[in-house]
Amino acid sequence: MAEVSLRKVVKHYDETPAVRGIDLEIADKEFIVLVGPSGCGKSTTLRMIAGLEDITDGEIRIDGELVNDTPPKDRNIAMVFQNYALYPHMSVYENMSFALRLKKVSKTEIKTQVENAAQILEITELLQRKPKQLSGGQRQRVAMGRAIVRNPKVFLFDEPLSNLDAKLRVQMRTEIKRVHQKVRTTTVYVTHDQVEAMTLADRVVVMNGGIIEQVGTPTEVYHHPATKFVAGFIGSPAMNFMPCVLEESAGALRVRLSDGISLPVPAERVPRYRLYAGRGALILGLRPENISDQRGALMPGQEVFKTVLDVTEPMGMDTLVHFMVNGADVCGRVSANAGTVAGQAFQLVADMAHMHLIDDRTGQVI
Amino acid sequence: MTCLQSLGTVIAEISAANSPWWVFNPTLRNYAEILTSPTYLIFFRNSMVISLAVVVVTMLVSIPAAFALSRMKFWGSATLATGVFLTYLVPDTLLFIPLFKIFAYLGELTGIEFIDHWWMLIIIYPTLTVPFCTWIMIGYFASIPKELDEAALIDGAGYLQILTKIFIPVALPGIIAATIFAFTVSWAQFLYPLAFTTSTDQLVLPVGIVTTLIKGDVFNWGQIMTGALLGAAPPLIIYAFLMDYYIAGLTAGATKG
Repeated sequence: MAEVSLRKVVKHYDETPAVRGIDLEIADKEFIVLVGPSGCGKSTTLRMIAGLEDITDGEIRIDGELVNDTPPKDRNIAMVFQNYALYPHMSVYENMSFALRLKKVSKTEIKTQVENAAQILEITELLQRKPKQLSGGQRQRVAMGRAIVRNPKVFLFDEPLSNLDAKLRVQMRTEIKRVHQKVRTTTVYVTHDQVEAMTLADRVVVMNGGIIEQVGTPTEVYHHPATKFVAGFIGSPAMNFMPCVLEESAGALRVRLSDGISLPVPAERVPRYRLYAGRGALILGLRPENISDQRGALMPGQEVFKTVLDVTEPMGMDTLVHFMVNGADVCGRVSANAGTVAGQAFQLVADMAHMHLIDDRTGQVI
Repeated sequence: MTCLQSLGTVIAEISAANSPWWVFNPTLRNYAEILTSPTYLIFFRNSMVISLAVVVVTMLVSIPAAFALSRMKFWGSATLATGVFLTYLVPDTLLFIPLFKIFAYLGELTGIEFIDHWWMLIIIYPTLTVPFCTWIMIGYFASIPKELDEAALIDGAGYLQILTKIFIPVALPGIIAATIFAFTVSWAQFLYPLAFTTSTDQLVLPVGIVTTLIKGDVFNWGQIMTGALLGAAPPLIIYAFLMDYYIAGLTAGATKG
């Protein structure tokens, strides 16, 4: 068990910056997920923690100890790779016991530890098999078992579920969470899948272009994104962004999207937004679930507007509807039985209590 | 077929222009004579000892070299890897005269007689086998996922342990392919032993058969063919047993695993 601390960590590949000075404090027993698009520097950050990449500048501490120049084997970490990286010529038992055998741990101790880990992951019956005789999900369990057996200070996961099919990915996601709840080892998990990030993490670290955009609990990054990037990256379907103008009249503010659509700003947000009234380069961010059909009486902050639907996508539980506002494609989520028809006018409700106002020049959420 | 005929029959058949595929009076006399001939057995022993020793030397050099060139990135490693292969492209017909001079000079310098000793071929043959075997194995090692050595590094293995405990077992097909190649090249090599060895007891099989069984303008065809057939047997046996590994080794990395 250990804290992990990254201070002003920089990584350059020749002249190309991959990580541009990140600060991150990971608490003991915490499950941190680094999430972001390809090339954002999340895997590089993980590999620097593992010691598989040198760091160009800054410092990394594990359990208070500076590990910048410590080789991977002396960092007391375990890593699970995307392609499992099981030793193909060894049985599952040999794979799981490899690190302990290198450490010259006694055979009985190895046996106990491997069997314990196998029991946690329910792979006891697979111990004598070779990796090629296992399915993708079983291989990933073995890879996790190999990590657990060593009882490391930190678990590192590098997109461990990316090679699995969608159904198995959901199963293994639950499995990883269950294992973490049992062993409570500090975990750093890298993924590009924001659903994985939201479901697994104690805190999510959203990265983009080699910097950290925001660190927060899944609820925080979802409901209170710090930047336009985070707002757009977290959530599926993505948050709608609509260019807008903020209009003030009689002490109240309204967001004007087009000549036909003007929506009220909730009273408690007025003081925060007032400075931006009449200024350009503003974007309204509204999640699809905050644009819906009318279900009962309107709540404060909700406003009805009418639009012509472009496309409807029935999802079973509900239906996604797409329409255009000032040339931007906007998505809403309505009841499955709302009777939406593509090409026809439909009355929608915007829930402005969950609106986000974004300064387009800085990319910051106001 | 010729190895099953006596010399008289061969000559008679050649004169009569008969089909060499038909053997009317088969005999095993050629085999008996060759296999009981002390000189042939010496050729065979020399060839076998040299080939096995060359295989060992080649593997001891090529495996660590290929591992270093494919995995341990250091300044000039890519150029060195290409350089290793380029040395293989230099034909041995260009090399044997300078090599002869070098060893003659070394002999004068050290007082050790290199020329006309079968064991010096163990020093020379690796100049042919090491570059190609290293090249084969660089390709094979490169096809092993990098995560495997990273996992081993994290598990606490050093480079030597990664090589011995992970790479060699995983790359066994590639290593066997390289072994077969090294053995075949050493076994079949003709030019170097012809140039470097002259005494009958120092000759290897390919040169020995030609020099001792052709007397003047008399070709002892039956024994020449018997010697050639027996000489071709060891590589054939090795190929037959290890062919699957050999093919796997040569085609490694060609398709996504």
